[in-house]
Amino acid sequence: MCGTYVFPPRDGACPNPACDSDELLPTPLSRFGNVWSYAENRYAPPLPYRASDPFEPYALVAVQLEAEGIIVLGQAPKGILAVDLKVGMRMQLETDVLYNEDGIDYMVYVWAPAVQPSEVGGA
Amino acid sequence: MNDRDLVVLGVGMHPWGKWGRDFTEYGMVAARAALKDAGIEWKDVQYVAGADTIRNGYPGFIAGATFAQKLGWTGARVSSSYAACASGSQSLQAARASILAGFCDVAMVIGADTTPKGFFAPVGGGDRKNDPDWLRFHLLGATNPVYFALFARRRMDLYGATAEDFAQVKVKNSLHGLNNPNARFRKESAVEDVLNSPVVSDPLRLLDICATSDGAAAMIVTSRAYAERHLGSLKGVPRIKAVSTSTPTYPQTILEMPDFATDSSAVVMPPVRGFKDSICWDAYEEAGVGPEDLSMAEVYDLSTALELDWYEHLGLCAPGEAEGLLRSGATALGGRIPVNPSGGLACFGEAIPAQAIAQVCELVWQLRGQAHGRQIENAQLGITANQGLFGHGSSVIVGI
Repeated sequence: MCGTYVFPPRDGACPNPACDSDELLPTPLSRFGNVWSYAENRYAPPLPYRASDPFEPYALVAVQLEAEGIIVLGQAPKGILAVDLKVGMRMQLETDVLYNEDGIDYMVYVWAPAVQPSEVGGA
Repeated sequence: MNDRDLVVLGVGMHPWGKWGRDFTEYGMVAARAALKDAGIEWKDVQYVAGADTIRNGYPGFIAGATFAQKLGWTGARVSSSYAACASGSQSLQAARASILAGFCDVAMVIGADTTPKGFFAPVGGGDRKNDPDWLRFHLLGATNPVYFALFARRRMDLYGATAEDFAQVKVKNSLHGLNNPNARFRKESAVEDVLNSPVVSDPLRLLDICATSDGAAAMIVTSRAYAERHLGSLKGVPRIKAVSTSTPTYPQTILEMPDFATDSSAVVMPPVRGFKDSICWDAYEEAGVGPEDLSMAEVYDLSTALELDWYEHLGLCAPGEAEGLLRSGATALGGRIPVNPSGGLACFGEAIPAQAIAQVCELVWQLRGQAHGRQIENAQLGITANQGLFGHGSSVIVGI
């Protein structure tokens, strides 16, 4: 087992070509990272995205996790738009409602500007 | 001439547009144009390499057979390749391998598409929670323009690129394509036109992003021996000098469609050359040439800002210097290294399986001096660059 990281979680072989392990163990990832880039959707994405009606623009943020050496794309929380972001900015992981169906909230991870920018990443 | 060079005997297209007709209709027009241009008959073709469209059902998935049947069964061998936007180059590579292995002398490479309106979305219904292409839409609403926007924003925040710089790419390409009979959009764009178009995925606006189009392109490629018999002399005849269909090397540390996370560099160091650099440099190495030898490049301007990224991946300038190269006029017709003399995707829109073939068609017309209204003087050598979803590289070098 080589100790590399994989996201999103999946079954099957390790993606490292030098590693022949078929075992991927669940492990917590850093909840902090720095903005690699960001974008803001001004039009409702098509299905299978469940867009709000009326549609509200929202930002997407690609965040670099230092220890894991990966970039993870996520939405920003409602109300955080491109104008609030900058490459290199410190972000923290939170959760938000992706959509509501039949009275049930379906949740998703989101990247929010870090409240304590000095906090060191790590789970 | 190198022993592994392939001769391009003929090229042809159906003009790009948006009509919603059967994609094979467009393909037939391109195929017949390429045959006529090559001066051969359909029965002379021994191999049909089709580039697949996944949006047109069963006939699209088996493009090689579909076009062979449509042109009339002759017993020709077929192949069908899917590599998203890079499908055309994969088909060319299949044809090339067959010719260089001595299995055939004459091959047709063909791709055609009919596209839906609006954003591309995952093909097929149902929840597919293990499919990153389905997940990126469902969890994030990460459309293709979102990825284009991520790359554009990095240019702005890291290199000081502006919305005006991006608009200037559109302005340049709209001038290039103005007289191209195969282009869908033949209208001059001003910087203000781009800046006044609605923001789709910030920082990119509607006129920064390429449309989805119907269209078809085909070419006839042959062995050197066949071409010599057919033409007598190969002087001034365009040849395929390299076809790069590179895939990434682990870890792929740049966020690329359709993934919403990169590989990890925690255990394995990233390769010295990133994926998009390697697509171009693998082609240079195979052809034994470098960026300084080029007369032109046809690059995949899915967005205006992505054209600037390609300048750097191709080694036309150092990282961070693409805006300067654009502003200098070097990449415009009449400049040192014109990029997208055809007008690029800005004037064509994207007809996925046809597009990488169309890029090669433009190089061929330029090398023959037949690019009327957009001709590069004394064109000797050109390169295409393109990348398909799911790790498909595509770069072709053509020279005379």
